[in-house]
Amino acid sequence: MKETKEYTLYNDTVMDHFLNPRNMGDVSEADGIGEVGAAACGDIMKISLKIRNGKIEDARFKTFGCGSAIASSSMATELIKGRTLEEAKNFSNQEVVDALGGLPPVKIHCSVLAEEALKAAIEDYETKVKTGVLPTVTA
Amino acid sequence: MDKRSVYLDHQTTTPLLEEALQAMLPYFREAYGSPSSLHRYGLQVREGLQEAKAQLARMINAESWEDLIITSGGTESSNLAIKGFADANHRKGNHIIVSATEHPSVMNSVEYLTKHGFEVTQVPVDTIGRINPEDVRAALTDKTILVCVHLVNHDIGTIQPVKEIAKITAEKGIALYADALAAAGWMPIDVQDLGVQLLSFSPHRFYGPKGIGVLYRNRKARVTSHIHGGVQEGGRRAGTENVPAIIGAGVAADFAVREMTQRIKHVSMLQNRLYDGLWKTIQYIKLNGPEPGPLRICNTLNLSTEFIEGEGQLLLLDYQGIAVASGSSCVSKSLKVSHVLSAIKLDHALAQGNIIMSLGKDNTVEDVDYVIETFPKIVDKLRNMSPMWKEFEEGVIDSVISPTGRGKSFTEHAAAISGKPAH
Repeated sequence: MKETKEYTLYNDTVMDHFLNPRNMGDVSEADGIGEVGAAACGDIMKISLKIRNGKIEDARFKTFGCGSAIASSSMATELIKGRTLEEAKNFSNQEVVDALGGLPPVKIHCSVLAEEALKAAIEDYETKVKTGVLPTVTA
Repeated sequence: MDKRSVYLDHQTTTPLLEEALQAMLPYFREAYGSPSSLHRYGLQVREGLQEAKAQLARMINAESWEDLIITSGGTESSNLAIKGFADANHRKGNHIIVSATEHPSVMNSVEYLTKHGFEVTQVPVDTIGRINPEDVRAALTDKTILVCVHLVNHDIGTIQPVKEIAKITAEKGIALYADALAAAGWMPIDVQDLGVQLLSFSPHRFYGPKGIGVLYRNRKARVTSHIHGGVQEGGRRAGTENVPAIIGAGVAADFAVREMTQRIKHVSMLQNRLYDGLWKTIQYIKLNGPEPGPLRICNTLNLSTEFIEGEGQLLLLDYQGIAVASGSSCVSKSLKVSHVLSAIKLDHALAQGNIIMSLGKDNTVEDVDYVIETFPKIVDKLRNMSPMWKEFEEGVIDSVISPTGRGKSFTEHAAAISGKPAH
């Protein structure tokens, strides 16, 4: 038995991303915003993106949810920064789970929420481009 | 302020009383006999066991220690009370009444009986979790054999009008089972004054050991055994007694009786201080259950902080050394909010932000002040991270606790973006 204070609900990586979330906030003048909710538990996640020359230049999140939802959104934004839109469209929640060193089975849906928020943000960006709200990128 | 260790989860379990541990130790070592044995080893243990049962009986003012059945815990006690009573009385009728906020051990025992020919009526509670005794009366049928109502709710701390309900069941000659899990040790209990026929409690909720539960059974209430074997516990619960635990439970009960007034006074003072302190510093926070006072158990505060989720609060509090519980769906293995919060019709958004703080006799004013100092910072940190907080400030969504009239409800918003309403 270790000391009480040495026990944590999640592994060190998840705890680190929960306690010190990366990219928390809103991208100012975002090019794409995705806000999704999990019907299962009621969590809500919002990802905003800055897109330059077909690449994700900046990604930020805000999350109403549990520790693993916050850690998942922190990790997801960390992973997708610098990726092209095409790469980001193929982004899978499994990447978040792996990078976090695993999530409890009941919390896998938190990583799915992060994937959905990212994809909703890309969709929002593409709709803006299509409708002429944002210029088409030719790079 | 330095990090402290503050345990605020006494409604889940409590530490073992030092005196209980000391009393238990000889029963692990030299007094290892089985009370069923006829030799001196057995007789030695039998004496200790009887004294412990007498201590437990005094705690609830039972007529005799022989009216107690010792089980493995509160859950087994509830199971035995309900299934054992139903089994023994099924010829008289097949209808059982429960309140909507009972402990899972009661809810699921009753649910089990519905698969075996019993019918169950759930009596609703009001928004502070109180049962209206007249609703119990209205639910009675000529097939009703048992009414199950807890003394105190384990989540929101509501004290139920059990004595009033007992008057109604007594008029009709129907048995009343009161689960005293959340009450025992924190308020005086008198089975004769209450007029209940069955009552259960769990000593680890008041500084006794785990692995033992108590079921009081009035001699007029028949209960069929569900653990079959030898003739321990008057033939109603077979198996060699968990002697050390029973001894420890007796000591814990004895201390609970002797220190009851003092414990209630101390813990009520802390509860008031915590309530005042948190409500003074945090906006958009709601107390679930009655205000501190005669309708609320002295040691439990159940609160919902708006725009943030409960597990995050729990983890950040834990990181600061403060141990609490939560009824949020994120904390539950089924991803459902506590059925108690649903029963008081708490908005889903508020159920998500739920935290339960339950105080104990060893908590201090310094502990409470540390929580009052720490918790608002945690709320700020999580609100800063929550999209809901900014959307509230921008008027996109409204507060449930203090509506401004701007924006749609959180629940509408959540349903719109997730495609279906959260449950």
